[in-house]
Amino acid sequence: MKGLAARRRNPIVASMLLLVALLGVGGVYAVATSAAPAEAVATGDQTAIDEGKRLYLEGCSSCHGLNAQGTSNGPTLIGVGAAAVHFQVSTGRMPMAAPGAQAPTKPVDYTEDEVAQMAAYIASLGPGPAIPTAEQLDYSDADIAEGGVLFRINCAQCHQAAGGGGALTDGKYAPSLMEATPQEIYEAMLTGPQNMPVFGDGTLQVEDKQAIIAYVMDLQQAPNPGGLSLGRLGPVSEGLFLWAGAMAAFVGLAVWIGIKAR
Amino acid sequence: MSDLTTRDGASAPDHGHGHGNGDVPADDLARPLYEGPGALPAADIPHRPRRSDFDPKAARRAERQVAGLFLLSMLMVVLFVVAYIAIDPQADIYIPVFGEIGYMNFALGLTFGLGVFCIGAGAIQWAKKLMPDVEVVQERHSLASTPHEDVEAAEQYERGKEESGFAQYKVIRRTLIAALALFPIPLVVMLRDLWTPTDSAAGLSPAEQLSTTAWVEGMPIVTDGTYVKIRPEDIPVGGLVSALPEDIEEIQKAEHNLNARGKAAIILVRMEPDEIRAQQGDGWDYQGILAYSKICTHVGCPIALYEHRTHHLLCPCHQSTFDLADAGNVIFGPAARRMPQLPIGVNEEGFLVAKAPFAEPIGPSFWERG
Repeated sequence: MKGLAARRRNPIVASMLLLVALLGVGGVYAVATSAAPAEAVATGDQTAIDEGKRLYLEGCSSCHGLNAQGTSNGPTLIGVGAAAVHFQVSTGRMPMAAPGAQAPTKPVDYTEDEVAQMAAYIASLGPGPAIPTAEQLDYSDADIAEGGVLFRINCAQCHQAAGGGGALTDGKYAPSLMEATPQEIYEAMLTGPQNMPVFGDGTLQVEDKQAIIAYVMDLQQAPNPGGLSLGRLGPVSEGLFLWAGAMAAFVGLAVWIGIKAR
Repeated sequence: MSDLTTRDGASAPDHGHGHGNGDVPADDLARPLYEGPGALPAADIPHRPRRSDFDPKAARRAERQVAGLFLLSMLMVVLFVVAYIAIDPQADIYIPVFGEIGYMNFALGLTFGLGVFCIGAGAIQWAKKLMPDVEVVQERHSLASTPHEDVEAAEQYERGKEESGFAQYKVIRRTLIAALALFPIPLVVMLRDLWTPTDSAAGLSPAEQLSTTAWVEGMPIVTDGTYVKIRPEDIPVGGLVSALPEDIEEIQKAEHNLNARGKAAIILVRMEPDEIRAQQGDGWDYQGILAYSKICTHVGCPIALYEHRTHHLLCPCHQSTFDLADAGNVIFGPAARRMPQLPIGVNEEGFLVAKAPFAEPIGPSFWERG
């Protein structure tokens, strides 16, 4: 069509192209940032503790102090337990790459054995939550519906009812649970990483935690019959998509209708 | 400019595609306007003819485009029916960008959408390329009634007044006005149903109902969802528990609604006792465990977005933020009141209980609260 080049010069079309380009760049960036976790087994023997201390002094002590007592840059690790170490290190959140509102997940720097050794060292400093056993993590008998009720009461306010995550204050955020493993979910509830509160075994018992894990695992496998999930964030992202995407398409159509034929 | 597209009836009996050579002034090649009854005069602005106005090939191409779009719409309708019959409703298909989605949904939406779209696009293409694009003038006329109509309406009004006797029968007129004035009363009276029946039976006004909750002295605190009583040692430092009064399920059964739950919902958080800078009453915590209402004082959203390092409680609806380490005061957002605190202690069995009801109404402001 001959008039195509002329139409492209229309200022509305130019701003639409800019919008599409911005959305594209943002989308690619969002897709490019994600990481996968690993599993590990805790050991309590002295060699593991010694090796863990060596790794700790190398990778962690600059912020958490030479004796894990904490500094102005990082909290004390005495009493946080092996579960906290496994959660933070095996998801790549620790060691932090840079100071910030929140430690994001990133590729893991340590092997499973090294994580277990560091966990053993931190556990030796003071009593804290241990890495959950395979029995605790077995959610095969758990009630998914019950887990959904508990998830909506205790977790959904930050992580969204469908586990998509959401924003908190001052740049902090509740991460999406779509990549989380049962062990990570259990450890997060037990240890309260970063600003997440602790959900102790007294008020959220082991079978309650298993039910919640079963619900999240069910969410992870849920298909998307409607296509684009838009982060499952609900009306905000869907509204933004409609205003930015669909409205732009409508404006484009209106421009086409309005241009005089040649 | 006067060499416009207006044509006097005498010229050009041909049907528009007649002369195709470039010597003829372009303006003359526009197709003749409709000239029958109701014809509109062309506007006094220049007109540039389209390609399809003077090039029969271009006109035929446009014709084919329009017909092609309509044909495509027909094809899509056929494909829609085929997809509806042939595709397994459970089947998924991978579409780039969209991801894994329902095959039938996708096919039905695509064919139906394109079917409708092609009809519209064809109509627009027809209007743009083939229908006359000469700008015409349509006069606007005054919408006011004629003086004759005004007089007639006034006469009708007078006649109605006299014949009905509205001015004459004073009693009828006054009772009719009174009846119409009283008519909305049933609608207003029914608003009384907004009161909770049991509370109304107890003689509580709506304001009193909004000001009181199920929390009374000694009422045990149970977890929301699992309804188990809580011991102080069940809540670790940094912990968060969504909780309710122990008798909430019975109240709900009696009232057949969720009002009591909506008012009595609380959260328990635990911090180191020396982190608590202020409370709403002396000793209202129990060893660093604080109980606050879960209902935002702005418009009543339930809140449990508690950040255990900053002790901030954030409302997801409008970002009101409360500092639970500082008596629940508002530090950000539209909420105008602090989050009410519930004084707690333990009973002789060692379970957490309310030491007293809420000292102030929970939730958003209301008329009588002032």
